[in-house]
Amino acid sequence: MSEAEFDPDATLEAAAALIGLDLAKASREVVKAHLETAERLSRLVMAFELDCEAEPAPVFAA
Amino acid sequence: MSAVALHEMSGVGLREMLLARKVSACEIVDAAFSRIARLNPSLGAFTDVVDERARRRAEAIDARRARGEPLGPLAGAPFAVKNLFDVEGLATRAGSKINRERAPAEADATLIQKLEAADAILIGALNMGEYAYDFTGENAHDGPSRNPHDLAHMSGGSSGGCGTAVAAGLAPLALGSDTNGSIRVPSSLCGIFGLKPTYGRLSRHGTFPFVASLDHLGPFARGVRDLATSYDAMSGRDEADHAQSRREAQPTAPTLEDGAADLRIARLGGYFAKSAEPAAVEAVERVARALGADRVVELPEAERARARAYLITMVEGAALHLDRLRTRAGDFDPDVRDRLFAGALLPGVWVAKAQKFRLWFRARVAELFREVDILLAAATPTRAPRIGQKTFVLDGHEMLVRPNLGLFTQPISFIGLPVVCAPVWTDGERLPIGVQIIAPAWREDLCLRIARALERSGVVAAPVAAPRGDGA
Repeated sequence: MSEAEFDPDATLEAAAALIGLDLAKASREVVKAHLETAERLSRLVMAFELDCEAEPAPVFAA
Repeated sequence: MSAVALHEMSGVGLREMLLARKVSACEIVDAAFSRIARLNPSLGAFTDVVDERARRRAEAIDARRARGEPLGPLAGAPFAVKNLFDVEGLATRAGSKINRERAPAEADATLIQKLEAADAILIGALNMGEYAYDFTGENAHDGPSRNPHDLAHMSGGSSGGCGTAVAAGLAPLALGSDTNGSIRVPSSLCGIFGLKPTYGRLSRHGTFPFVASLDHLGPFARGVRDLATSYDAMSGRDEADHAQSRREAQPTAPTLEDGAADLRIARLGGYFAKSAEPAAVEAVERVARALGADRVVELPEAERARARAYLITMVEGAALHLDRLRTRAGDFDPDVRDRLFAGALLPGVWVAKAQKFRLWFRARVAELFREVDILLAAATPTRAPRIGQKTFVLDGHEMLVRPNLGLFTQPISFIGLPVVCAPVWTDGERLPIGVQIIAPAWREDLCLRIARALERSGVVAAPVAAPRGDGA
């Protein structure tokens, strides 16, 4: 998802309907701001290539 | 011994007095409850006290002492827990309104049981940010836990009551949780010591979760001996926590006084210097100078690590609370609800990618730890903001306070490294700021050694605050 393509209003509507959350029960503008922050941070995540073999395990043995 | 002096004592110091028959366990808990009754209304640290239970335990400890029986390493030391720990007979509220409807816990959390097996005495449960999704110490239901060094300022969160209680001398010891910085941020803002052990080291059984793949538990204290003693007492296998490591417990007490001379120590630059206010930079430099550490290194891709911790937290937190968001949205703290709401809407691939990065990042940091033994970084980018403050300016950018107080803690807990947060007081300042002492995984002993060496040299210290209204 690129910056130009991101539409927080459309994302909010579609994803909330999909997951069954009632937007009227939250502050729409605040939720939108959090979505925009997440999208900005996701660019740091998605732009970093890892091998297919990279393990997603959340538990570590050092 | 007056109550005034007792509240300034460490947990191990109280035990020494108890063994020397200078004070009884009953006198210790009476003094603690007296101070709580006087100061807590203005501090907002405790949400529950368990006075009858504590007095029963104190009487039992005094009776054992009278019979000449051996007492544990924290005998008579009062402690309190963040209210996401199960305490038998209390509903585990986890800072929320909704959880108060839960049935009272039928048993204590594992770590409470372990501390009481060391003869410490539980005295109550402590305020926290709702469901631990917080760095401020504010709570819409219970009011804020306040910074005892200046009541107009934040305690930090989400273990805000832990920071307030220990800094104000309401208890020498507290237990909290740290998912992204919730032990280290209040330790920094309230000027006390906090230990976030390695991920998987201490049992989390009997606590209300937040983000299972990032949640840690650990102690707060005003002295390093208390941190080490309580950590050692809480270590050990608990089959009830599936994520706990099967490693043997590694006691830290035997090497606590070994000093820092043989350790290679470096400051973290780059990401950790860029957004730090001068107070944070000065605190780290002061600690580095005291340790003779003039080397500066970079934690590779720290900003990406932080971004990943942020997204994992949003999504795992939202998944945990999804049903409550659907049915009880109006009963949440709005600041927490709207972040969780947003987390429920994020694409799953972002989080899967974020999790995959953790092992890559751990491997790069492990390479760094072949060159150094300890890394130093500020715990928070600023001293305590004012309660209610929504934004601050870091590196020229206006940012939200609530998510960004954890800028420097999140990349470290993302891969579960052990950290002691140690309090620094720069010249003339009324508010402290903390420095993270970061070690390789499973080397809590090294963090504690460094913190103890700094404490002995006077570079870091956690004096009891004298909050307004404290006429004692």
